Amino acid sequence: MRKKLLAAPYTVWSVAFILIPLAMVFYYGLTDETGAFTLENIAAIATAEHSKALWLSLLLSLISTIICFFLAYPLAMILCRMQVNQHKFIVFIFILPMWMNFLLRTLAWQTLLEKSGVINNILSFFHLPTQNLINTPGAIVLGMVYNFLPFMILPIYNSLTKIDPNVINAAHDLGANNFQTLLKIIFPLSLPGVVSGITMVFVPSLTTFAISTMLGGSKILLIGNVIEQEFTQASNWHLGSGLSIVLMIFIILNMVLNTAFDKEGEGNVI
Amino acid sequence: MRKLFAVPLALLGAVTLTACAGADSSGENGEVYVYNWGEYIDPETIDMFEEETGIKVIYDEFETNEIMYPKVEAGASKYDVICPSDYMIQKMIENDLLAEINFDNIPNAKKYIGEQYWEQSQGFDPENKYSVPYCWGTVGILYNKTMVDEPVDSWSILWDDKYKDSILMQDSVRDAFMVALKLNGDSMNTLDTAELEAARDLLIEQKPLVQAYVIDQVRDKMIGGEAALGVIYSGEAIFTQRENPDLEYVVPKEGTNVWIDSWVIPKNAPNMSNAEKFIDFMCRPEIAVINFEYITYSTPNEGARELIEDEDIKNSEIAFPDLSKYSNLETYSYLGEEGDQLLNEYWKEVKSN
Repeated sequence: MRKKLLAAPYTVWSVAFILIPLAMVFYYGLTDETGAFTLENIAAIATAEHSKALWLSLLLSLISTIICFFLAYPLAMILCRMQVNQHKFIVFIFILPMWMNFLLRTLAWQTLLEKSGVINNILSFFHLPTQNLINTPGAIVLGMVYNFLPFMILPIYNSLTKIDPNVINAAHDLGANNFQTLLKIIFPLSLPGVVSGITMVFVPSLTTFAISTMLGGSKILLIGNVIEQEFTQASNWHLGSGLSIVLMIFIILNMVLNTAFDKEGEGNVI
Repeated sequence: MRKLFAVPLALLGAVTLTACAGADSSGENGEVYVYNWGEYIDPETIDMFEEETGIKVIYDEFETNEIMYPKVEAGASKYDVICPSDYMIQKMIENDLLAEINFDNIPNAKKYIGEQYWEQSQGFDPENKYSVPYCWGTVGILYNKTMVDEPVDSWSILWDDKYKDSILMQDSVRDAFMVALKLNGDSMNTLDTAELEAARDLLIEQKPLVQAYVIDQVRDKMIGGEAALGVIYSGEAIFTQRENPDLEYVVPKEGTNVWIDSWVIPKNAPNMSNAEKFIDFMCRPEIAVINFEYITYSTPNEGARELIEDEDIKNSEIAFPDLSKYSNLETYSYLGEEGDQLLNEYWKEVKSN
């Protein structure tokens, strides 16, 4: 009984802020202006503009996720080898930027990358060729990697620390070299962390619209931008919700993959 | 974009201000909920209004008419005073969202606002019953004289390969299409599919040359020398020139949009009489001139114009253009539900291309 009482606030919370909004998205997504049932809003993903935006979003978030993985894994391994107070400090450094709002941090990248921005000023001071990254898909990928990298590092780091050092020692004793140990022992054991890291980078990258607006100059339309514009500009909530449902399918696919690997709940680290 | 900042700033504000909150949570004479464009008023005038009337002003900002409309239509957040543009006022009148204004309670409006602006308003508010003009102006090209060395007098310069990656376009459907439609010699209120498709194709053709589609940022980027040419509202021209003297504003010869932003009172306004007091206060010449000096958008308030001390600005062609000198000027009108949808559809095609 007491347990039920303690859970009550969470139940109220999830009904009010998760279930009801979700139901509303489904209601709007599956009806037209007159309130009649329709699948048109979901089928709208097939139009040239929408499917192009969706594929571009999938591509850019995939690239960002891969880059994040290759940046995060070695770093997580280095962190693991460090002394306790040292690695705590490094982890702290990585979490520190998250104390600031991510929109502000993305805006800072805009100022850095602009044609007459900080980076180009420094480059031209040393008579080096300047960069032209702003308002390109590359800038969006950079923004995604920058913003979501900590979400990849932390779960991987978490699962690496859980590996019993004796397992690694045993591998060495049995004649495995460092590379074989990494590939056959460490990596498989850290897989749950890797998978939750992938989810935590891929999902927000797929749905973002702020990063693409700010660093893409509104020239590159991702599926998140399309949905945002349906709500704010075109005030077509039905189409916006319909496209959100399509996006949810991709997110659920990713989550299914996640639960299959991550049985110990590494994703809950943050 | 400003809307996006509002969230982190509000959070920051909430953290830093909790200590001082509580002192003036509500005015002694009630409240007035104002919904206005971003940076479209001198905050000092709000303080002056609060002090004089004892009415607390709760102030929200929007970035485009299209963002404002669904919020007001949904009715979840009730406002007393809103400042939309011409075509949006027409849409709100047609959808029965606005209250008729009792001008007896706003004596300053008829007294100080010039006759020509009331006449111009009749395009969207035929009997001058629903709106009180607040700001007006044109849309034109702002260019940097150090980067553009030829005369700028036509929208066609925005399609010139020479300025690849140095052109800023407006990230709003109607303003973007206005440029293309005017260049083709069509009306910016057209519903002709062939004309709209031609404009769409022109915008798609232009896209590789465009550095970014932005709204308020045109100003900052032009001041910073980030781009050579930008489509901008005339009201920003004086401000940007003050910050960067290399900038020049022109109204292209193909014609442009003459717009008016006016105060309106929504039908569901909870504090109708406070709204009237607020509008009347803003129509006072000495208040209107403070706002003009701050936001530099042309004021329709003749009394305020008399009070401007700087003769150059008082007679400025940018701030107070003689409209009879230009041809093909138009004011946006509401295109109807289907027209809006069509335009949005085409805009999406431009953006995703």
